[in-house]
Amino acid sequence: MAKLKISNKRRKAVIGVAFVSPWIVGFLIFTLYPMLYSLFLSFHQVKITPVGVKTKYVGFDNFNYAFFSDPVFVEKLLNYLMEMVLNVPVIIVFSLIIALLINQKIKFRGMFRTIFFLPVIITSGPVINELLSQGASSIPNIEQYGMFTLIESSLSPILAEPILYLFKQIIMVLWFSGVQILIFLAGLQKVDRSMYEAARIDGASPWESFWKVTLPVLMPLVIVNVIYTIVYVSTFALNEIILLIKNNMFSTITGFGYATAIAWIYFIIIMLMLALWTGVLRMKKR
Amino acid sequence: MWKKQTLVAANKVRKLLFGMGENDGFVFKAVVYLLLIAIGFVYLYPMLFMLVNSFMSLDDLVNSMIKWIPSTLYVENYSRALNVLHYRDTLMQTIMVAGLPALLQTISAGIIGYGFARFEFPCKKILFVLMLITFVIPPQITMMPTYLLFKQYGLLGSLETFIYPAILGQGLKSALFILIFYQFFRSMPDVLEEAAEIDGAGSFKIFYRVAVPMAVPAIIIVFLFSFVWYWNETYLAGLYFGNELTILPLELQKFTDSYNKVYPPGSPGSQLNEAIKLAGTILTIAPLLILYFVLQRWFVEGVDRAGITGE
Repeated sequence: MAKLKISNKRRKAVIGVAFVSPWIVGFLIFTLYPMLYSLFLSFHQVKITPVGVKTKYVGFDNFNYAFFSDPVFVEKLLNYLMEMVLNVPVIIVFSLIIALLINQKIKFRGMFRTIFFLPVIITSGPVINELLSQGASSIPNIEQYGMFTLIESSLSPILAEPILYLFKQIIMVLWFSGVQILIFLAGLQKVDRSMYEAARIDGASPWESFWKVTLPVLMPLVIVNVIYTIVYVSTFALNEIILLIKNNMFSTITGFGYATAIAWIYFIIIMLMLALWTGVLRMKKR
Repeated sequence: MWKKQTLVAANKVRKLLFGMGENDGFVFKAVVYLLLIAIGFVYLYPMLFMLVNSFMSLDDLVNSMIKWIPSTLYVENYSRALNVLHYRDTLMQTIMVAGLPALLQTISAGIIGYGFARFEFPCKKILFVLMLITFVIPPQITMMPTYLLFKQYGLLGSLETFIYPAILGQGLKSALFILIFYQFFRSMPDVLEEAAEIDGAGSFKIFYRVAVPMAVPAIIIVFLFSFVWYWNETYLAGLYFGNELTILPLELQKFTDSYNKVYPPGSPGSQLNEAIKLAGTILTIAPLLILYFVLQRWFVEGVDRAGITGE
């Protein structure tokens, strides 16, 4: 009997591996091998000839070039970092607010949901680009009424600068927060109704019960959304660094080797961003 | 006495405005609707603007009196945009480019997710963590060697460049889809599996006879999202497909160039204007919008049912 059980367990393990095996094969071919190969290429000068790929070892030259010689890379990287630090919290807070709003018992809820989930469907670079250039024309209206100058004159430059930046970015932020709203909304629907009742009986205002009941339940989803947002914004097709990588791939001066080098620098920075944000959120949780 | 009366009155006003601790006060409601409408407007504004302007003739565009209502419904813009995008051909290709990989990705994600959810085998934890990590690896790291790989095997310019990664669970956002199926199959009661086992069903039979029929909501959601994401993927498509295959968003990207090819500059009335470009944009997103409005129930409510958020 015991023997039968063990063999049954082993048989099941084999079947389990069989189910997962496509992924293992795919991971080796399309993820692990390309990653190692691109790491290898980043230390080389790469020439693609009709007969094959020719590489010449150049040490850290590609990385040095990225930081000290490339006329645009460092500047674009700094822009990206600023975007990440400013936009990620805005996207998260914004999608949380929308999720809270459409989770209420409101009239025309279906209609509002339909509108707010449009960004889930429309995610392609060229279309968003068109939308942004059209939508941007609604922001100058605010500008016309002197709000920008008001902010500029009444606040110190350190404060005014990010606020103005946010105003100019708000439409893009809106178009980047589709899936995040979905995730928050799904989380909100799992919050136990009776917990609100209990909080109310204990005399908590809606404001208090948001901080004490809703937010703790949503906290894991905040982390999920932060990760999703960072990955989405970082790999968006019109992201400047991504375009830079693509341009360098086929450039006759720099080429594949250099493109892989900046892709790796970029990857490491994305990982640091993820570690930073999730670290901050974890600390807050405790 | 007087003081007490004002207190009662003030309380009444407070109740009316801010509600009874429930979110039902008048002020609260007003703020909610105001926010909803304001934010909704920001989403709809560019859409409406595009739609209205895409029907404007050149005269309407320059006429500063006409802002929202075109003097005539000028459909010439659309017929030109249809020509420039080679619409029928491109649409068919886009449906194929998005549909086939999405279908295969859904199948493979389902199988892989089931394997992770229902079986124990050595190194499962490590593999699962690796699977999750693949979600945050930017495609830019892997795409250059993959490009060389495809080139070596002569696959560039064919749909196979999308199909093979999709079959092997490495397609667009595959990790997310595997995770959705994983969550879903993990919540499947053991009893069902045991009952089928007693009836003599093998593991594969249990998978497609018991698990798959139960997972229909998850399957539909994964397919829809996968379809939409493949539809919108311009970066990898532009790189792998070259000039052999194309999708609508890619055609939109090079709209100006192809316009000048179809309607060479110089010939009378052939100037590209904003309205024609907007018509092109509308045509690019229209199929997705139709899909969304028909199936929106699955996009909006289904996420909850598919257990995207986990427990």
